[in-house]
Amino acid sequence: MSAPYDVESGDAVHPGHPVQVDRYTVGARINHWITAISLILLAISGLALFHPSLFFLTGLFGGGQMTRTIHPWIGVVLFFSFFGMFLRFWKANLWKSEDGTWMRRIRDVIAGHEEKLPELGKYNAGQKLVFWGMSFLIVVLIASGVVIWNAYFSTFTSIGQQRVALLVHSVAAVAIISLWIVHVYAAIWVKGTISAMTRGQVTGGWAWRHHRKWLRELVSRKTPGSSGTRGTPAE
Amino acid sequence: MFPPIPNPPVTPTPAKFGEGDLIRRSASNLRVPVEFKEPVAKLIDVSKCIGCKACQAACLEWNELHEEIGTFNGSYTNPPDLTENSLTLMRFTEWVNPETDTLEWLIRKDGCMHCADPGCLKACPAPGAIVQYSNGIVDFDHDRCIGCGYCVKGCPFNIPRISKADHKAYKCTLCSDRVAVGQGPACQKACPTQAIVFGTKTQMKEWAEGRIKDLKSRGYKNAGLYDPPGVGGTHVMYVLQHADQPSLYAGLPDNPRISRIVEAWKGVTKYVGLGVMGFAAIAGALHYLVAGANKVTPEDEANAEKLTEGGRS
Repeated sequence: MSAPYDVESGDAVHPGHPVQVDRYTVGARINHWITAISLILLAISGLALFHPSLFFLTGLFGGGQMTRTIHPWIGVVLFFSFFGMFLRFWKANLWKSEDGTWMRRIRDVIAGHEEKLPELGKYNAGQKLVFWGMSFLIVVLIASGVVIWNAYFSTFTSIGQQRVALLVHSVAAVAIISLWIVHVYAAIWVKGTISAMTRGQVTGGWAWRHHRKWLRELVSRKTPGSSGTRGTPAE
Repeated sequence: MFPPIPNPPVTPTPAKFGEGDLIRRSASNLRVPVEFKEPVAKLIDVSKCIGCKACQAACLEWNELHEEIGTFNGSYTNPPDLTENSLTLMRFTEWVNPETDTLEWLIRKDGCMHCADPGCLKACPAPGAIVQYSNGIVDFDHDRCIGCGYCVKGCPFNIPRISKADHKAYKCTLCSDRVAVGQGPACQKACPTQAIVFGTKTQMKEWAEGRIKDLKSRGYKNAGLYDPPGVGGTHVMYVLQHADQPSLYAGLPDNPRISRIVEAWKGVTKYVGLGVMGFAAIAGALHYLVAGANKVTPEDEANAEKLTEGGRS
C-alpha cells in the first residue's frame, strides 16, 4: 500500500491495548456538531410548518412567527457549516471499486456479516452515499429555500417558480430527514462509532472490522510527524 | 337600481355569523356546522364602473389603512399593485376592440375573490390563520398568521400581500365585520354608480342576468358573468363585457384553479412525506431488534494490535 488512499489529515494510529485510532480532528468534530444541531433544529422547525399536526413544535422556537423567521437563518448556518465538512471529507468519499462490491453485497451488510465484505477505506459505500446525498440535498434545499424566503427574496422570482420551490423544498426535506435517520441509525447500530465524533477516536478493532484498508494504510504510513503517544507500545 | 341596503339600527344587534359558522379552518380539523348561512356575494359590474376609486378610498377608510404616496408610472392604476394596505385596486386597461375599432376602457376592481375552494387556506400552515364561513367569506386571522407567505403561493388570483411592517398577510375581508351586522362592504356602500352591489349569491346572479341582457342588447354579445368553476365559484363576481376573454381585464385568469403543484405539495407530499420518514425510523428499530448491534469482537481488537505491532519497526 504505497500511494495514499484516503487517509485524511489528523488520522493516526496509536498502538496499545486496545489500539486507538484518531479518526476526526477537533475541528472536524466541532464542524460536525454545528451541522448536526442545525440540521435537527431545521428538521423540527420545518416539520412544524410541513404538517398541521406538527405545528405545535413552533412552540419550541417561540411561536409561529419566530419559527418562520429563524428557520431560514439556521439554514444559512447549516449551509456554510456543511460546506466546511464537504471540503474536509469529499476526497475520502470518492467512489472506489470496492464500493460497488459492497453495494452488491448489501444483504451481508444488513446482516452484519462483515467478513464477507471487501476491505474498506475510511468510508464504506453507505457512508459515501449519505455524504453525497446530504451534499446534493443541501444544495437543493438552500437554493429552493432562498426562493421561498419571503421576507427578503419574494420579489426575485415569480409565484409559479415559488410554488415549484415549495414542492421541491418539502420533498428534499423529507429525503434529507430520512437520510439523517439512516445516518444516525448506522452510528447507533455499529457499536464504537459514536466515539469517533465525540472523542475523535475509535478502537483499532473497530477500524479493523469496518475500515481495514484505512487502518492498514495508517499503520504502514506511520510517518515521524504523527508522534504523540507513539513511544509507549508495550503495555 | 338595485335596492340599497338600509343602514343598521343604532341599537346593538347580534352578529349574523361568527366562529360557529366556520366551514374551513386552515391547518385544522373542523366540525362543519349543521346549518349553513345563506351564501353572500359581491357583484362588480365592470361595464358600470367609472373609475372614480371611491371604493379604494372607502376600503382604506373603513379598514383604517393608509397607503403611502407613490409615484406616477404612466397609468391611472394607483398604487401600481395591491399592497398590504390597498386591499382593493382599480386596474385600468385600455383596449382597442378589433371588431369595432373603438377604444374601450376596461376598469376592473381587483381584490380577493372569496373562492369557494380557497387556495390560500389550503396552503396555510398556521391553524386558524385563514378561515372560511358558511356564507362564503374567506377571512384572515392576523393573530394567528405567521407571515410565511404560503397563502400568496396558494392563491390563484395573486391577492394576499405580506406586510413589511408586521410580516402578516393582508387581503380583502369582504368587510366581514360589516356583513356581520347586515351591512354591505364599504366599497359597495361608496360606489356611486352601483357598479358594486352586494346581497345573497342567488340575488347577485339574478341581478347579473339582467345586466348581461342589457349589455347584449347594446351589442356586447359576449357579455357574461365571471364566477369561475375551477375554484368552485367565487363570492366576488364580475359582470364582464367580454366574458369570453377575462384576461383582457388586467390579466384576470381565464380559468383559475388551485395550482396542481400546490395541491401536490399540500396533498400527497404531506402524507407520503410523513410515511417515508416514519418508515425509515421504524425500519431502523426493527432492524436493531432482528439483527442486533454490530459489535467489535475481541478478535478484531487482537487483529488490530497484531497489525500495529507488525507495522511498527
